[in-house]
Amino acid sequence: MDMFFQQLVNGLTVGSLYALIALGYTMVYGILKIINFAHGDILMIGTFIGLVLVTKFHLAFVPALLVAMLITAIMGILVERIAYRPVRTADKLIALLSALGVSIFLVNFAQLVWGTATHPFPANIGGDPIILGEVHIGILQIWALGVSLLLMAGLHLFVNHTQMGVAMRATSYNVDYARLMGINVDNIISVTFAIGSGLAAAAGILIGVYYDAVYPVMGYSAGLKAFTAAVLGGIGSIPGAMLGGLLLGVLENEGAAYLSAGYKDAIAFALLIIILLIKPTGLMGRNEQQKV
Amino acid sequence: MLELKDVVVHYGVVPALKGISFRVEEGEIVTLIGANGAGKSTTLKAISGLLKLKEGSITYQGGSISGKGAHMVVRQGISQVPEGRGIFANLTVEENLSLGAYTRKDKSKINENLKNVYERFPRLQERRKQVGGTLSGGEQQMLAIGRALMATPKLLLLDEPSMGLAPLVVREIFKIIREINKMGTTILLVEQNARMALSVAGRGYVLETGQIISEGSASELRGNEEVKKAYLGH
Ligand SMILES: Nc1ncnc2c1ncn2[C@@H]1O[C@H](COP(=O)(O)OP(=O)(O)O)[C@@H](O)[C@H]1O
Ligand SMILES: [Mg+2]
Repeated sequence: MDMFFQQLVNGLTVGSLYALIALGYTMVYGILKIINFAHGDILMIGTFIGLVLVTKFHLAFVPALLVAMLITAIMGILVERIAYRPVRTADKLIALLSALGVSIFLVNFAQLVWGTATHPFPANIGGDPIILGEVHIGILQIWALGVSLLLMAGLHLFVNHTQMGVAMRATSYNVDYARLMGINVDNIISVTFAIGSGLAAAAGILIGVYYDAVYPVMGYSAGLKAFTAAVLGGIGSIPGAMLGGLLLGVLENEGAAYLSAGYKDAIAFALLIIILLIKPTGLMGRNEQQKV
Repeated sequence: MLELKDVVVHYGVVPALKGISFRVEEGEIVTLIGANGAGKSTTLKAISGLLKLKEGSITYQGGSISGKGAHMVVRQGISQVPEGRGIFANLTVEENLSLGAYTRKDKSKINENLKNVYERFPRLQERRKQVGGTLSGGEQQMLAIGRALMATPKLLLLDEPSMGLAPLVVREIFKIIREINKMGTTILLVEQNARMALSVAGRGYVLETGQIISEGSASELRGNEEVKKAYLGH
């Protein structure tokens, strides 16, 4: 039973990070109906920015995290302006190619600037773990869980209790109806990319610190898992991304513990396939809306 | 108040409007009638800025609005209730109504409008915490109209408000349309239900495959043999 609870804690930790990343996929998909395949690489750049702020600018962890989120948010806005907006009305395949282009560019850029090696992330976070019986909750886990949950709570408040948040949900329901309300959809899209990218930076930095590893292709695996989580929860659904991330993290870790660690990734994708067979729209997804 | 001149709209290469011209004067209810696929919705979307014109012009209160984005057209006082009502089924009644006033900043006017909408549609107040998708068709239409009124429009574009509603509800909706007009809002009403439309409108235009084929006062159109045969069913 202790192993179960230990893996639950481990699973919730990674799962909350998956959720943070999944939110970016799901929010962008909700409005533009495209998968931002560069999302994982935006996360990677955000992580490097955080690393530079800590190692070169000697910022403490929390300020570094916040500044990196802000810079990455702006980068997300630029990526949308440069790579997605010009092809918004074109075939979805064009947007996909554009996303792959951004992805390749960002990875190459990182390799050029920081090399291909893996960098440690000296966040200087100290503190005692919480020990409940046999279950260990490490200080980095507490940080990862704490920051993720805080950010998700913030997003929840924003989306449900501000005018901009309501406008965002309306736009995600139907762009044309939203425009008829006077909503400037371009602005909403910018805000969506900013939030998604900022959250990805936070997740990337927490992952970098948790595994003490930052490297240019770190966005691939994180992105793939988070994308799985987003689809699992129902792509387009914000609560779905949160649920999907946590669920994926927990099942993956429990599965690895009780079956075999080697099956960890296989479990994630098997789960995805099963859910999609039973409920193609994902756990909390809804059917596509008709356009005006 | 509103004037379309030789408006041409294409979907890709397919023409949907082939050069239509008409006008709406302040205070009127004007109806645009025509069969399914005639181009009625396309006309409203061109006015509200959802669709771009290929040729022609749209002027409103003396200024051009062709080429302005939809979110700018609303700010000039034109609100559209789209075909199929266009409510946000995932948002509550209250949130839907608040979005209707998205362009307005004056809190007291917004609250006054909300009070008026709830007075006109008490059902909406009862259901204000429910998401739009759970309302009946008639309630959804009321929500869509109420939401448009939240912006205090000068010109209201209604796209087939009778669609899919029971006759009794249709009659209620049309009564409300007349009241809204009496309070000073100009209305451009698109309908397939020509009989109902001509009963509230002062004037009308008949649209057929992207062209206006007749126009006149409501009573003239009601007496027109062609219109009778094609749209009034006798
Ligand atoms: N999004 C679209 N893409 C291509 N063709 C369209 C689209 N919307 C409408 N049309 C076509 O344009 C014509 C006019 O449609 P519409 O304005 O919706 O007619 P109405 O509202 O009078 O029923 C129809 O032939 C319809 O098939
Ligand atoms: Mg129509």
